[in-house]
Amino acid sequence: MKPFRYHRPADVADAVAVLAAEPQAAYLAGGTNLVDLMKLGVQRPDVLVDVNRLPLDTVEELPDGGLRIGATVRNSHLAAHPTVRRDYPVLTRALLAAASGQLRNMATTGGNLLQRTRCPYFQDTSKACNKRDPGSGCAALHGVNRDLAVLDWSEQCVATNPSDMAVALAVLDAVVEVHDTDGVRDVPLADLYRSPGAHPERETTLARGALITAVRLPALPAARRSTYLKARDRASFAFAAGSVAAVLDLDGDVIRDVRLAYGALAHRPWRAYRAEQELRGHPFSPELVARAADAELAEARPLSENGFKLPLTRSITVRVLSGLAGRAQS
Amino acid sequence: MSAGAIGQAHPRLEGREKVTGTARYAMEYPVDGVTYGWVVPAAVVRGRITHIDTTEALASPGVLAVVHHGNAPRLATTPGPNLWLLQDPAVHYRGQYVAVVVATTLEAAREGAQLVRIEYDAGPHTTVLTDDHPGLYKPDHVNPAYPTDTAEGDFDAGYAAAQVRVDATYRTPAYHNNPMEPHATTAQWTDGRLLVHDSNQGATSVRATLAELFDVPRESVRVIAEHVGGGFGSKGYAKPAVVLAALAARHVDRPVKLALTRQQIFGPIGYRTPTIQRVRLAADTDGRLTAISHDSISQTSQILEYTESVAVYTRSMYAAPHRRTTHRVTRLDVPTPFWMRAPGECPGAYALESAMDELAVATGIDPVELRIRNDTEIDPDQGAPFTSRNLVACLREGAQRFGWADRNPTPRSRREGRFLIGSGVAGSAYPSQSVPASARITARPDGGFLVQINATDIGTGARTALWLVAADALQVPPERIEIRIGDSELPAAPVAGASMGTSSWSWAVIRAGEALRGKLRDGVPPDAEVSAEVDTSAELNAQARKPKFTYGAQFVEVRVDTTTGEIRLNRMLGVFTAGRIVNPTTARSQLIGGMTMGVSMALHEGGLFDERYGDWVNHDLGTYHITACADVESIEAYWLDERDDELNAAGVKGIGEVGIVGAAAAVANAVYHATGVRIRDLPIQLDKLIGTSALA
Repeated sequence: MKPFRYHRPADVADAVAVLAAEPQAAYLAGGTNLVDLMKLGVQRPDVLVDVNRLPLDTVEELPDGGLRIGATVRNSHLAAHPTVRRDYPVLTRALLAAASGQLRNMATTGGNLLQRTRCPYFQDTSKACNKRDPGSGCAALHGVNRDLAVLDWSEQCVATNPSDMAVALAVLDAVVEVHDTDGVRDVPLADLYRSPGAHPERETTLARGALITAVRLPALPAARRSTYLKARDRASFAFAAGSVAAVLDLDGDVIRDVRLAYGALAHRPWRAYRAEQELRGHPFSPELVARAADAELAEARPLSENGFKLPLTRSITVRVLSGLAGRAQS
Repeated sequence: MSAGAIGQAHPRLEGREKVTGTARYAMEYPVDGVTYGWVVPAAVVRGRITHIDTTEALASPGVLAVVHHGNAPRLATTPGPNLWLLQDPAVHYRGQYVAVVVATTLEAAREGAQLVRIEYDAGPHTTVLTDDHPGLYKPDHVNPAYPTDTAEGDFDAGYAAAQVRVDATYRTPAYHNNPMEPHATTAQWTDGRLLVHDSNQGATSVRATLAELFDVPRESVRVIAEHVGGGFGSKGYAKPAVVLAALAARHVDRPVKLALTRQQIFGPIGYRTPTIQRVRLAADTDGRLTAISHDSISQTSQILEYTESVAVYTRSMYAAPHRRTTHRVTRLDVPTPFWMRAPGECPGAYALESAMDELAVATGIDPVELRIRNDTEIDPDQGAPFTSRNLVACLREGAQRFGWADRNPTPRSRREGRFLIGSGVAGSAYPSQSVPASARITARPDGGFLVQINATDIGTGARTALWLVAADALQVPPERIEIRIGDSELPAAPVAGASMGTSSWSWAVIRAGEALRGKLRDGVPPDAEVSAEVDTSAELNAQARKPKFTYGAQFVEVRVDTTTGEIRLNRMLGVFTAGRIVNPTTARSQLIGGMTMGVSMALHEGGLFDERYGDWVNHDLGTYHITACADVESIEAYWLDERDDELNAAGVKGIGEVGIVGAAAAVANAVYHATGVRIRDLPIQLDKLIGTSALA
């Protein structure tokens, strides 16, 4: 491994300052992804700034009924938090669908948001990847791409965002608190991730060296009726073949509000605004849900191996919303 | 022999050391002045190294040397091309180990390996097995020494004349051995003598190979493999890690520790070849087989012919007057395939036991009953009676325990909520062989005994099993016995592989015990140590060759989620007959381990190959899925009492491989029964079901 220096910052400002001063520095939180990538030579930082001891490890209930989750709150703690379980079950379920118990004990909220794609070509320095090595090409486009994107990909990159948690946060309209040398600002989760476009190496809208310090969830009473469903090749410890996060608010039979987001389809958690629009204000029916999912997927461009994601996504959308609507699926 | 210790459940002798982390594996022996080796893999598929620039690597802190074909110590050619490492600039497959960076720390070696710049002159490659590959040919034999093709009767005529026919082609991908402990070695040269702590399945053969490679007497090489974290065949003989560590240690004149990474073991250490298998079965309307053929296509490397014995299982499993088996292989620019748990039988049984299920459907006969009707007491291949064959008893016992009688044979007949439920069965068999071994037992004045044999415990419980065998052989409580294994200084013994370890080793231990008791007065400890050492070669060679097999029947129930295509195992049950079971505790582990590996083959594992790179792209356990605990909700293994006096001194049959044989077919057959759709290429994953009529 490339030798690196280790810095334990006194506070957030110190952490941000080190990152600003060092061209090749990285924040170390749970290390569940970064350390692997360092061993593989995919990431080669000069300095690790260990944010684990910064006071960012609490979950606070906000006066408006929302929740503020510190960036270093572990995935396992967040999943088990009583308020999360009660008010945002979609988040607990997404967290518990991810990784393994050991990894969840280490992985943090901020780190989970910034984890890198598991595209096999990205993780292998002997093969072409524009995300890892801009200009080298995208080996996945015409290669092994079963697990990769069907929406919003570019010729330069067909990677997917691997996070389950981020899909849940997408339906919750989460806001990410970010510190940089200019201070703190809010970034809506919807604005956090970029499309791959011509620059897949730029994954987020964060400035270099910016530190996620917290994630805020607005009050959302409807989220008490929410869930997350993940389809995967084995029963645990596998990334999603398809996943859906959903919040459903019914007024009798009529869909008063609905929020849907998909994992495993794109470079970002895919909030299904179009499907939501097709559903909102209409009487609930599984057929309507299927049509709405199809509308969302109308722009999809499956790769050579991943056409299955379209029927899978449609199917799990119907299952999840039918479940939330209290209807057994036929 | 008294019937005391054998058959009593006993935890592993080294269990406490293993779970507390004090059991030492190959990389964990403290060595003064040790250095670390890190392998550099070739970045092209086929070609030659034209230049190696080591400047940057050697300038990196801690790096002592970059060992490559231009500077490595010379090896003898005789042990074969797979071990001809760092000797010439030729690259035969991507990932070939072409250099070793040696440094004072593991991290420095790893970084140094990133900094070695290698230029190649690369040529075009062919790396993908197809059923019409122009390079397919008929090898002289298949692994290890079976005839390539067999024929009896007139298959074509028999098949053409039959009332019911099945003709199906099955495909399996490459499977990669992933023992928990990677291939790893600590190598030390002292005054021309080589000491290695190595992770292998048989230190006796590794010593012989190293002596030959480095042109030193065998007595100058010592190989210690006290604890080995799994092998599954991949560590069956000397492999690259031990050779590279010894080369590097000689080059830098310091001890070297070298472990391959998970990424580096996908391919170069051997893997199960992809297969394309056509099985044709013909039967009368009562399901009695009249013709059987099994044609296998597999791959090998450019440097060494290894032909997986895929169709050999079919030669002895079920009887029919007209039979034919063939093997064709093609040389590709890929690493050489090698042994992986039940080489041959595992992929072969997947195909044959799947085809038997298809025949059951075609004839309308229950698949358990179909197998019973085609049982045979005479080995169709050798034409001689099996020493014991209790397949039918396994099928009946398994069916009864599983509740098979309640099964509605109609596919898609059982739906529970959003799940389709199905069940499947398959037969299992694996040869039960023994090879010569030697052992020494010493009686001590304090009443204790020391048993010495260079057996290897690769996690199977072999140490404990032999300890129990020795107790009965010596007719003393096992607690009075100390056992030493895993060291080439001990009496020579064969590899832990091919399900013949326990049968071969216990034979020597029993004969040594008998010889020692002949030297002792009944039950009285000697005044000074008394030893007896035996070698079973003569006795084994005098034994008539007869067909001997372990058998089993496996039953699986799956549920298929109609909303996702996800396939999950509700339960799995196997019943086996394997002669005497020495230690029920570890026997159960062996059997359910094999069965689980078969589930993994059916549902999860598979190398994903990128022809452009001539390489697998999934080469870690995050992307190459193996079955997780959560996938195995209920698994049971049983065995029936079996006494067979024609086997070996202990009356045991091997159990290391039989569990994986047929397991994948049982799963695949259950998926068919659940969905009504037959998937003939493994693994069966959700993308092969979602959006198809299987889930409609």
